[in-house]
Amino acid sequence: MTAPSSDSQPAAATPVPEAPHAAGTKKRLGIGAWLCMGWLGLMIVIAVIGPWLGLDTSSNFELKGQPPFWNGHILGGDGLGRDLFNQIILATRASIFVSFSAIIIGTVVGGFLGLISGYFRNRFAGALGSVFDILLAYPPIVLALTLVSVFASDPSGSGFQREMVVIISLAIVSVPILARITRANTLVWADREFVHAAEAMGASKWRILFREILPNVVPAMLAFSMLGIAVAIVAEAALSVLAVGLKADTPSWGNIISTGRDDLASSPNIVFSAVAVLFLTVLSLNYLGDVIRAHFDVKEAAL
Amino acid sequence: MTTTTPEAAVPNPPGSTPLLEVRDLVTHFRSPRGLVQAVNGVSFSLQRGRTLGIVGESGSGKSVLSRSIMGLNPRSTSIRSGQVVFEGRDISDLDDSAFRELWGKQMSMVFQDPMTSLNPVMRVGRQITESLRHHLDMDRDQAKQTAIELLRAVRIPEPERRLRAYPHEMSGGMRQRVVIAIALACGPKLLMADEPTTALDVTVQAQVLDLLDEQRRDRFMGMILVTHDLGVVANHADEIAVMYAGRIVEKAPTSVLFHHMKMPYTQALLRAIPRIEMPSHTRLDAIGGRPPDLVNPPAGCAFSPRCPYAQERCFVDAPALQVDPADPSHSFACHFPLESPDQVPPAKPMEVA
Repeated sequence: MTAPSSDSQPAAATPVPEAPHAAGTKKRLGIGAWLCMGWLGLMIVIAVIGPWLGLDTSSNFELKGQPPFWNGHILGGDGLGRDLFNQIILATRASIFVSFSAIIIGTVVGGFLGLISGYFRNRFAGALGSVFDILLAYPPIVLALTLVSVFASDPSGSGFQREMVVIISLAIVSVPILARITRANTLVWADREFVHAAEAMGASKWRILFREILPNVVPAMLAFSMLGIAVAIVAEAALSVLAVGLKADTPSWGNIISTGRDDLASSPNIVFSAVAVLFLTVLSLNYLGDVIRAHFDVKEAAL
Repeated sequence: MTTTTPEAAVPNPPGSTPLLEVRDLVTHFRSPRGLVQAVNGVSFSLQRGRTLGIVGESGSGKSVLSRSIMGLNPRSTSIRSGQVVFEGRDISDLDDSAFRELWGKQMSMVFQDPMTSLNPVMRVGRQITESLRHHLDMDRDQAKQTAIELLRAVRIPEPERRLRAYPHEMSGGMRQRVVIAIALACGPKLLMADEPTTALDVTVQAQVLDLLDEQRRDRFMGMILVTHDLGVVANHADEIAVMYAGRIVEKAPTSVLFHHMKMPYTQALLRAIPRIEMPSHTRLDAIGGRPPDLVNPPAGCAFSPRCPYAQERCFVDAPALQVDPADPSHSFACHFPLESPDQVPPAKPMEVA
């Protein structure tokens, strides 16, 4: 420290408060991000504790199709005379569980394959890239439909089995998309000089891939996964609407929308309530995805 | 200009094995246009504690040469032959996993651009300690202490604090110091510096070069300094090899080279540097033409199309690297070297591009 400072940086003399760019790392999240996080947190809590609340799911003929606030039922009743609010609470579990699981699987598998195909320059990596392209050529909802119908050919399976089938199908659909994003990012980072420098320091290929490249690719992956969860929730709903999603007795937002359609003219509150929850959740995920990308973008902050 | 550095006196008993010996190294790349002859039969040797400067313009093969020595070129597209002997051991045919034992520990490299040679999302400290823990099996505390020592050695103020900084919080000069610290971490015997100062401010350049010099002396490393700037090597290299079109065209100890330049290309390179005694706004003698196409190198001497002294023989007959009869330490590849009686004065003045 006694050595003469050689850089333009004001050196040891004054204790530098953090660093010039520290202000950038402490940027505020903003009220919107907190609201979104709050909503998502609430959804996750509801998803976890919802089934244990002992909510009344009995059918009551008088409640059938009633408007909101009828006789103390905040959202009214659904098409089968059950309390709609309770149904939406219970449906949260399946919707959140299915979409999160599908995207987590898709991100891990797709991210891994994307990293490999972006970093290694061999035939296997090239072939992987082509496989992604082929899978991407299918419209995702058609692919998911096909997969669900193939996997769930046995109608007697339990509700949980059916959930697994939907999760796996949505995961398979999301893999090539996430792999593609990861691959593109990996290609960019793999040619940076610090990667060559790590090689010249004797780091192994895998070490470079996971310690040097992966941390740089994660923000983009994460931002995209957030979008992916939103898409998966909607896709699950779409599958339910097409009657190949979860079993009809498993409450999910998609199922509520799908069954509520029959009563759309007489009691639109059924569909609208479920759609509103779905909409807010998807909006929060999208918004947070954006915030994450901007917040962790070191380069954007630095330049 | 003479740099009789103290370590010139370091005993190199005759017959001792040099740190690095390169014999007839050839590196060609396959490309859609054909074989790129990037390095074409280069030989030299380097003792520990000495610096070899490799000079040449862009595309002369100097970077490829340094990467070839370290075995860092992509294997699938490159063809290489010749020998690289490191501490008496032929390392030219090692595979990646065997090289990994050498990289970092025995030889390491300082890259050109400090902006991209550090990982932007990793704290500086971890980038240094990583190889320490990996190669030298240090525990967390040892590695941290060593990293602090290293940062202090490369003159970074407040090393304890800087360990926790991210690269974007540092200036270019600081980053290059960190890059040097990383390269030095595992105590390599050979340090390659590939244009280490090209991306830096002129004021910082000198400091970084002095730092490299000092570290080479302290750690008794052999150093290869690759640059396009004769001025850089003039003060920091014991010996200079000038490269053109993938070959060494002149090689001599620094003072000899500057006093008895033989190769018109070396002269042209030197003339392209502005000098302090020149009046301002003097037009520089740029070297006319452009570097030769390495896919189809010209017949004869590769420099002949741009050489003001070229005679008929130069266009058909490629000169071999020959030792100066007057000085065995000096070799050059030219039929009509400067100061020789056969030389015809330039028919055309050096054209200005």
